[in-house]
Amino acid sequence: MLIGSLLLGIGALLGLSVLALLVGGRHWGTPLIYAAGLALSLGLLALAGAALLRDGPAQTLVLPLGLPWIGMHFRLDALAAFFLVVVNLGGAGACLYGIGYGRHAAEPLRVLPFVPAFLAGMNLVPLADDAFTFLVAWEFMSLASWVLVVAEHRGADNVEAGYIYLAMAALGTFALLLAFGLLAGPAGGYAFASMRAAHVTPLVAAAVLGLVLFGAGAKAGLVPLHVWLPRAHPVAPSHVSALMSGVMTKVAIYAVIRIVFDLLGPPVWWWGIVVMGFGGASALMGILYALFETDLKRVLAYSTIENVGFVFVGLGLALAFRADGMAAAAALALTAALLHVLNHALLKSLLFYGAGAVLGASGIRDMERMGGLIHRMPVTAVAVLGGAIGLSALPPFNAFVSEWLTFQAILLSPALPQWGLKLLVPAVGALLALAAALAATCFVRLYGIVFLGRPRSDAAAGAHETDPFSAAAMLIFAGLALLLGVVPGFALDALGAPVAAVLGVHMPAELRLPWLSIAPLAASRGTYNGLLVCLFIAGSAALVAAAIRLFAPRRTTRGPAWDCGFPDPSPALQYSAAGFAEPIRRVFGPTLFRSRTSVRMPPPGETRPARLVVHSHDLIWETLYAPVAGLVAAASTRLNVMQFLTIRRYLSLVFAVLVILLLVLALWR
Amino acid sequence: MHGLGFDIAHLLAGSLVLVSLTMLYQDRLYALLNTYTLHAVVLGLAVAWQAHLQAAPHLYITAAIALLFKAGIIPVALHRIIVRLGIHREIETVAGIGLTMLAGIGLVGLAFAVMLRVTEGAALVAREDVAFALSVVLLGLLIMVTRRNAVSQVVGFMSLENGLILAAAGAQGMPLVVEISVAFSVLIAFIVIGVFLFRIRERFDTVDVHALDRFRGERR
Repeated sequence: MLIGSLLLGIGALLGLSVLALLVGGRHWGTPLIYAAGLALSLGLLALAGAALLRDGPAQTLVLPLGLPWIGMHFRLDALAAFFLVVVNLGGAGACLYGIGYGRHAAEPLRVLPFVPAFLAGMNLVPLADDAFTFLVAWEFMSLASWVLVVAEHRGADNVEAGYIYLAMAALGTFALLLAFGLLAGPAGGYAFASMRAAHVTPLVAAAVLGLVLFGAGAKAGLVPLHVWLPRAHPVAPSHVSALMSGVMTKVAIYAVIRIVFDLLGPPVWWWGIVVMGFGGASALMGILYALFETDLKRVLAYSTIENVGFVFVGLGLALAFRADGMAAAAALALTAALLHVLNHALLKSLLFYGAGAVLGASGIRDMERMGGLIHRMPVTAVAVLGGAIGLSALPPFNAFVSEWLTFQAILLSPALPQWGLKLLVPAVGALLALAAALAATCFVRLYGIVFLGRPRSDAAAGAHETDPFSAAAMLIFAGLALLLGVVPGFALDALGAPVAAVLGVHMPAELRLPWLSIAPLAASRGTYNGLLVCLFIAGSAALVAAAIRLFAPRRTTRGPAWDCGFPDPSPALQYSAAGFAEPIRRVFGPTLFRSRTSVRMPPPGETRPARLVVHSHDLIWETLYAPVAGLVAAASTRLNVMQFLTIRRYLSLVFAVLVILLLVLALWR
Repeated sequence: MHGLGFDIAHLLAGSLVLVSLTMLYQDRLYALLNTYTLHAVVLGLAVAWQAHLQAAPHLYITAAIALLFKAGIIPVALHRIIVRLGIHREIETVAGIGLTMLAGIGLVGLAFAVMLRVTEGAALVAREDVAFALSVVLLGLLIMVTRRNAVSQVVGFMSLENGLILAAAGAQGMPLVVEISVAFSVLIAFIVIGVFLFRIRERFDTVDVHALDRFRGERR
């Protein structure tokens, strides 16, 4: 059975992490462990792919582990299979990349054993079929990733990030625990099957929705629960960053789909508004944060928040359409969301690999010190260009397709009966359009500052191309992203089964159309043909290249860079990352970040340069988190006295509590 | 089971509580130790009577253990410790006697209020026994809380343990293994605490636990 083989593979991953403990210290240990992880991930990927394409009912399995008399329930349906494909695709890429990149690890024993364990945890979550198994797998995944976040423990950043991550992860799991408790009801049916069969009151259902959005949304990075994400993702080793950003957030999205769509019963129309609202806010805020950030890996982490927002908007649309009985539209919205999950997993992994390659080659993460890397790291530059085009949602890459499908679903909103939705959905659509445009700006900035121009520091000038394994991982992912964008029909048809597993219906098959076009609704309402677009782009580019060849001088000559008339020896006069984003900061900064710019002029007669200083506030942190952190700090200062009591006082406390309990018992009945 | 058997069980268990109350206001160490010896003897008698009532011969062993260790070896050893530490003249009270006694009476009342209500439906002897046992446990805790000398805290702990054994004897069907292990754990605790007492004494010249607190750099 497929599910049994999958579980065996997960067990093998766990065994691999034990093996890594033994051989991690040797110099051949790192490549060995990653190669084995790659083989296992590929095997699991093949199994998950087979499960995705297979027709037939869900497979179930009960293992006599865990709680006595209950055991651990596992279930493999098409939705789980799709997310397993995403997880293992990301896992295989990370392992391939790690064969080369793992050499940079200062203390491999702090990383090696936990990567396979992290992969095992992420594989186990989609298979879980009862609340206990789900929460154990979920927490295992969280803790394994936490260990990887604090793997490089020398910096204060890492420790702080680990602390905040742990706090948020614990809160999130707690919220999920409460949600499952509500779903199980007083009878305590903790198996998903009994939750599916049970009917909860509307009030309880709303509470469960809120708890799930909190618990899984915190893991996915939904604004305003995102604060840990841009801190924790970048400080992990780069292939782990790729796993966390590209894959773990997707597991959180799986949790939302599983609980809200599958276990919670028929939706109410306003649920869609809540989910869409958080999604739209995440999309806009995430990309704005990304634009104003100059740490390369943090830019990528913030961009993850934007893309998670996109997925959540798709989910919210699907909920709204489903509540109003528009099955075909709901299938379209959910398909778009799932396709974006896959696309973002590919692209974000690719970009984090690129960031890791840059970090490994030059040792810097600050974009303001990079530049000109296209000459020193040509392969990385080509692969990252693919990722940047993809995440800017430009054809012929894959993210264009999923975002286009999302907008197609948004355009169906006038057919919805509720005025609230009729008015709100186009507004969210405008928000998404804004976010998509800003994302293009963000990635133009990223690519231009990092790879083009002249090096802004000696470290960037001395960079070298990355190792072949890392390069292979990046090129394969860039190729997959392009392939998905050129022939999206195959992916859309493969998504039919997971969507049908959730909604009962799926989009019409796309491969029947000529020339591999896709037409999500009807040919009259818009079609997209990635193949033709790609051919057109390739053809016109070839034509331009040929024309240049024909009319330009034959030989390439190298001259000094154009200096605008100022003979300039310093590369600092190039566009800076902050400068590029300044116009956008002028528009959004004063309202959303309360930012203001001031000029510090030197006194007359002094030769010091004037300085432009930007002050900005993270309002979400300051209004939501800082007060809570302050309260906790104040309470713990008060309680600190408890740590230094005398023995007799401790005894007295125990005694007093005992007496009070007995008194309560005596007075109660 | 009513009649003389019940009355004697009641008498012995009640005497145990009475002796516990007496221990509360002993402010000299020797007196406290002697009262504790009496406590252990009464416990032995109570357990032996339970053995007779329940026709459970293994409870005689428990009674013998109580008499041998708690009324014999431990008081003698504690005597020697007190002599060697040279603290036999010390007087200690933390709260006033009247206040402590009132608290003790209140605790006994509380124990009965809780236990008689909780154990409805159980055999009458067992109910009385368990209620008395809880009183003894609570009084033992009270002794530990109101004392500041380490030796008298140990004595309070031992009397608390006696309460547990009384409860174990009262509940029918308690296996012998449990009782023996309880007895031995008490013995080991006694040894460990004794060793620690001497270590503390070596370092601080006193067994007043306040010295420990001062040493930890208390900010009180």
